[in-house]
Amino acid sequence: MIMVMDSKLRWGELEEDEEGDFLDFLLPPPMVTGPDENGIKKKIEYKLNEDGQKVKVTTTTRTRKLAKARLSKNAIERRSWAKFGDAIHEDVGARLTMVSNEEILLERPRAPGSKAEESTGDGLSTIGKGAVLMVCRTCGKKGDHWTSRCPYKDLAQPPEFFEDKPPATPSDTAAASVPAKGGAYVPPNKKAGSSSTGGQEMRRRNDENSVRVTNLSEDTREPDLHELFRTFGTVTRVYVAVDQKTGMSRGFGFVNFLNKEDAERAINKLNGYGYDNLILRVEWATPRAN
Amino acid sequence: MRPILMKGHERPLTFLKYNREGDLLFSCAKDHNPTVWFADNGERLGTYKGHNGTVWCCDVSRDSTRLITGSADATVKLWNVKSDSALFTFKFDAPARSVDFSVGDKLAVITTDPFMELQSSIQVKRIARDSSEQTGESVLTIKGPEGRISRAVWGPLNKTIISAGEDAVIRIWDSETGKLLKESDKETGHQNPVTSLSKSADGSYFLTGSLDKSARLWDIRTLTLIKTYVTERPVNAGAISPLLDHVVIGGGQDALHVTMTGHRAGKFEAKFFHKILQEEIGGVKGHFGPINALAFNPDGRSFTSGGEDGYIRLHHFDSDYFNIKM
Repeated sequence: MIMVMDSKLRWGELEEDEEGDFLDFLLPPPMVTGPDENGIKKKIEYKLNEDGQKVKVTTTTRTRKLAKARLSKNAIERRSWAKFGDAIHEDVGARLTMVSNEEILLERPRAPGSKAEESTGDGLSTIGKGAVLMVCRTCGKKGDHWTSRCPYKDLAQPPEFFEDKPPATPSDTAAASVPAKGGAYVPPNKKAGSSSTGGQEMRRRNDENSVRVTNLSEDTREPDLHELFRTFGTVTRVYVAVDQKTGMSRGFGFVNFLNKEDAERAINKLNGYGYDNLILRVEWATPRAN
Repeated sequence: MRPILMKGHERPLTFLKYNREGDLLFSCAKDHNPTVWFADNGERLGTYKGHNGTVWCCDVSRDSTRLITGSADATVKLWNVKSDSALFTFKFDAPARSVDFSVGDKLAVITTDPFMELQSSIQVKRIARDSSEQTGESVLTIKGPEGRISRAVWGPLNKTIISAGEDAVIRIWDSETGKLLKESDKETGHQNPVTSLSKSADGSYFLTGSLDKSARLWDIRTLTLIKTYVTERPVNAGAISPLLDHVVIGGGQDALHVTMTGHRAGKFEAKFFHKILQEEIGGVKGHFGPINALAFNPDGRSFTSGGEDGYIRLHHFDSDYFNIKM
């Protein structure tokens, strides 16, 4: 109400006032009773609801005094001791003692009541349906690490790699994949077997339960597509083709599923599905002809 | 809980001690001024000036009138708790490492470090009621253990002295004759130097922390190992809750190696263990250096930790702490 009295009243504020406080003077003033001997305090307020009806709001609160910390006589006396040493010159702004503005919790090592959990051997079962799953493309391990972090990167080459070579002993293969010690720089594409393995990897990645989605609207992004497809099963990769020059979506994308059945269901359900005013076309991705 | 941070010391904390009623908190640090704080709100009450080196340890008398501090300047000083001038100075020829008043405050046990070619020692001094009659003579001197003695405390009825130190052996001595009564054996004992020793509220058992990354609970009379709490960091400090069946232990990497790792890796939390089940209850984070000192308020409703980072953190427990179910 003070605001209304103010000479520098701006219309914007007036507008706001009309919503809430404008009609307040029509209402009885709030009443506070107590706290009585039981610590019960009553507050009666009136307000108008949307229909202009008077509403009485009664709030009952009980205030309880905290049990007074039992201090001994000596402790109370010590409380009034004069400061000494460096503490004499302490002004209020010294800020030697402050309350942390960070809430520190007693961090429990596991949820209360639960027993120490054994890690399940198959990381798959712990991951709910629809979650993005880490699948290492080098060693095929699920949920353990990303491909680039694969600890077996150097050891496990895809079997295609050996096609044009005589069968080698495991120790030989390990040595072959590691670049020769002290050798000159070899560009990645000249490295032994790089072209074949690289190509194979790309192929393998693309046609693993891969679903092609076409006729996407331009503002569909990967998260949208993920959102759409995750209901069918674990999605391992979502990709929306983007024009490199304009940065606009090219209207198609790929979704890889962990399980073939999930991909099949997705195709059955979503082919012909209306999405953003367009009718989606969902089909198995065919490997590129090259 | 929102801890109260007390930044009165400019150097790493070494020791924390509550008085019996739990309203005062005494802190020692590597700067030369032991400090007393109000234990409820963390307000500084005063500092004690006079030491000329790291203050390693302190103890306060039962009636909260006398404070004894042991320092690396090879002195132990006796103070009136409410003023900053020393009542008496005991002079030693080696740095004093730990001090402890006996039950009744008539005696104090002091340990000194090995220094130059001197051996470490445990010395008992008589504390006079009237400080003008105080003398510096030792009632008893015990020598023998190799290396530094981290801490020596009084056993039940002042009949024994319990010591632990760098040689990882816990020993019980007769406080009259200075004879060695018991020794922890290698199999059940600590493998690495013992850094801390703190008694339970009733003084019937005690907790030792060691650089072998464990803390152990011992019977004070028979020196039998009761419990072991295993953690993944060197233990610098430990305390036993006087209220619940909890122990808290703290530590972290050596100060030497701290700069080489991030504070996440340092493991600077205070870890709570269930005293009987030996299971970890939880950790309280906050320090950005190893924890050097821990103390429970005698009412068990708050605890304090002091770190290598120079901060004292005073934690009043939330109500849910008291309802933790294991």
